[in-house]
Amino acid sequence: MSSPDLSAPKQMQERHTEMTSNQETSGTSPSSLASVAAARTTKAPSAKRLGTGLEAKGIHAWFGTNHVLSDISIDFASGSVTALIGPSGCGKSTFIRTLNRMHEFIPTAAMAGEVLLDGKDIYAPGTDVTKIRLKIGMVFQKPNPFPSMTIGENVMSGLRLSQLKTSNKDDLIEECLHRAGLWNEVKDRLDEHGGALSGGQQQRLCIARSLAVSPHVLLMDEPCSALDPGSTLKIEDTIAELSETMTIIIVTHNMQQAARVSDYTAFFLSDGGPGEMVEYGKTSDIFSNPRDKRTENYVTGRFG
Amino acid sequence: MMSINTPEKKIPTPQKPWKPSVAERSQSIAVGVLAALASIAVVALTPMKGLLPFLILSGIFAIIIGYLKGLIGRGSTTAKNNSVGVLLGLGMTIALIPIASILHTTISRGYKGLHWGLWLNDMSLNTSTDPIAEGGLYHALVGTLIMVSIALVIALPLGILTAIYLTEIKGRFARPVRFLVQAMSGVPSIVAGLFIMSAIVYPITKTFSGLMGALALSILMIPTIARTAEEVLLLIPNDLREAGVALGGTQWRTVAMVVLPAARSGLVTAMILGIARVVGETAPILLVSGGGDAVNYNPFTGPMGSLPFYVWKSFFFGTEEATTRGWAGLLVLLSFVIILFFLARTLSTKKVKR
Repeated sequence: MSSPDLSAPKQMQERHTEMTSNQETSGTSPSSLASVAAARTTKAPSAKRLGTGLEAKGIHAWFGTNHVLSDISIDFASGSVTALIGPSGCGKSTFIRTLNRMHEFIPTAAMAGEVLLDGKDIYAPGTDVTKIRLKIGMVFQKPNPFPSMTIGENVMSGLRLSQLKTSNKDDLIEECLHRAGLWNEVKDRLDEHGGALSGGQQQRLCIARSLAVSPHVLLMDEPCSALDPGSTLKIEDTIAELSETMTIIIVTHNMQQAARVSDYTAFFLSDGGPGEMVEYGKTSDIFSNPRDKRTENYVTGRFG
Repeated sequence: MMSINTPEKKIPTPQKPWKPSVAERSQSIAVGVLAALASIAVVALTPMKGLLPFLILSGIFAIIIGYLKGLIGRGSTTAKNNSVGVLLGLGMTIALIPIASILHTTISRGYKGLHWGLWLNDMSLNTSTDPIAEGGLYHALVGTLIMVSIALVIALPLGILTAIYLTEIKGRFARPVRFLVQAMSGVPSIVAGLFIMSAIVYPITKTFSGLMGALALSILMIPTIARTAEEVLLLIPNDLREAGVALGGTQWRTVAMVVLPAARSGLVTAMILGIARVVGETAPILLVSGGGDAVNYNPFTGPMGSLPFYVWKSFFFGTEEATTRGWAGLLVLLSFVIILFFLARTLSTKKVKR
C-alpha cells in the first residue's frame, strides 16, 4: 500500500480558499465559477490508472412507454472527472444508472445503446453483470452503510458480496478508509456499527466500501446533496485524490462543486420530452464560454 | 475541563411548562367524578338498575361533561378535543376489560392446581378426577415442546423463503402466492388437522403420532410467519439492496448478507408470532396426534399429548378436581404465550449494539 499523503496538495488548498470565498458571496456570478473552473490544473497522466475509461454510445432510456433519455454519447477518458449537471428530471440519474446496469432494477425500465467498458459492451449478451458492477462502483445520494455490519465489515462487504479473497484484510481496510479520508476519524472504532457515524462520515464510509473492490470507474449520484459544507469539502478532496487512479462520473446540483471537481462537464436538459445532452465540454469552457445559450442560462442561475 | 462560560453564568433549573398543572389535573378528575355522580343519580331514579347501565351512563356523561367544560373554558374546538379524548380513554378501558378478565380468571382459578408434581408426573396412572396433588402435565409440556419445535423447523424456512419470494424475487406468481398466504392465515385449525389426517394419516402412516400433529401445526404456522416476515422485509430500505448489488453481489448474496441481517430482529418476531399462533391449537392435535396421557418422547409413533389437549380433556370430565387441573393447564399455557410475546417485543425493539 502506498503511504497516504495526508497533507492536501497545494492545488487542493487553493480550491479551499476559493470555495470559502465563493460561499461568502451570495448567488452565483458566472465569472467566479469560471475562475474556479480555470483554477484547476490539468493533471499529469498517472501510471497507476485503472482501465481505459468508459464510453456511452447513443444511450436512450424508457420507463414503460415514457421516453426519458435520448441519444446520449459521452466518452469518459480514463482518469477524468466528469460532472453531469442539469435541472431535476432531466435524466442525469437515469443515465448514470445505465452505466453500471442498475437501470434494469426498475421493472418497467428499457434502454438502447452501448456502454463500452475497456472496449467491451456491458450490455452484450453473456456478460457477467456482477463482474461489471465490480469494475464500476457506485456511491448513492443517501449514505447507506449496511446497518448490520461494523465499520470494518462495511469496507470489506464488497469483497464478501462478490466472494473475492484478500491476503491482508486489515491493510485493505486501512487503505480504503485512508483514500476515502475517513481513517483518522474511525481508526479506533472499526468495530462500531456504521450507523454510529455522522452523515458525512457515513458517505465517506460508502466511498471506502466502493474502493475495496478496486473499481476502474466510480459513479457518484449527488453524493453530497445530503451533507453539510464541511463533509462536502472532504468528499471533494477524496474525489480529487481518487481521480489519480480511476475514472469518476458525478451527478451534482451544485454548480460550484461541478466547477471545483470536474475536468469535463455535461449539461442535460429536458423540455418536457426526453432528457437530452445540450452541451458537453471542458469544465472551464462550459462555465466561462458555453456554446449554447441554455447552458449559459443554467450555469449562471437564470433558470433551473 | 475549561468552560467558555464565565463562572457566574446561572443555569436555570429544567422545567416542563407543557405539563398540566395541579388545577388542570384536578379539573379532569372532577369531570370523571361528576360523570359518576350523575350516572349514580340516574341509576337510582330510573328503572335502569345495576352495574352495566352505571358504567355505560358514566361514559356518556363523561363525554358530555368533558365537552361542556371545554366549551365554557376555551370554545368548541377544545370541547371537541376533550370529548374525543374521553372517548379514546373509554375505548381503551373497554378493550382492556376482557384481557384483564381472562388473566384474572385464569390466575385465580389456575393457581390452586399448581404443585411440584405437575412438572414431573404424567397422567398415565391417574384420571383427571383424581385428587389434584396426583398426576401432572409433564407429558403435555413435552408433547407441546416437541411438536411446536418440529413445526417450527418446517415452517420457519418455508415461511421466510415465501416472504423472500414475495419481496425480493417478486416473480410472476407473487400476487397469487400473496393471496394464498393471506387466505391460508384464515384457515380454521381443524381444516389443517383434517387435511393431514386424510392426506397422510389414513392412507400412509395409519397411526397417530407427534409428527403428524407437528405437520398440521406447521400448515397453520407458515402463513403467519410468511406474512410477518414479508412486512418486515418490506421495511428494509431499497437503498441497501441497490448498494449490495452495486458492489458486485448477486441478488442471492445481497439478500443473505445485507437484507436478512438487517431484518434479523423482525424475523425473530415473525418466528415467535408463528409459535404463539399454534401453541394453543387443540383440534389438529386431537385429530392426528391422538393426545396421549403418558410421556412420549418419540414423535414418529404413538399418541402425543399437548397442553391445550390436556386442558380440553380435563374440562371434559367436569368434576371439581378435573376443572382445577384444566385451569392450571391453562395458566401454564397462557404464561408460555405471554413469555413468548414478551421475548418477541424485547428482541424486536433491541437496538443495534454500539
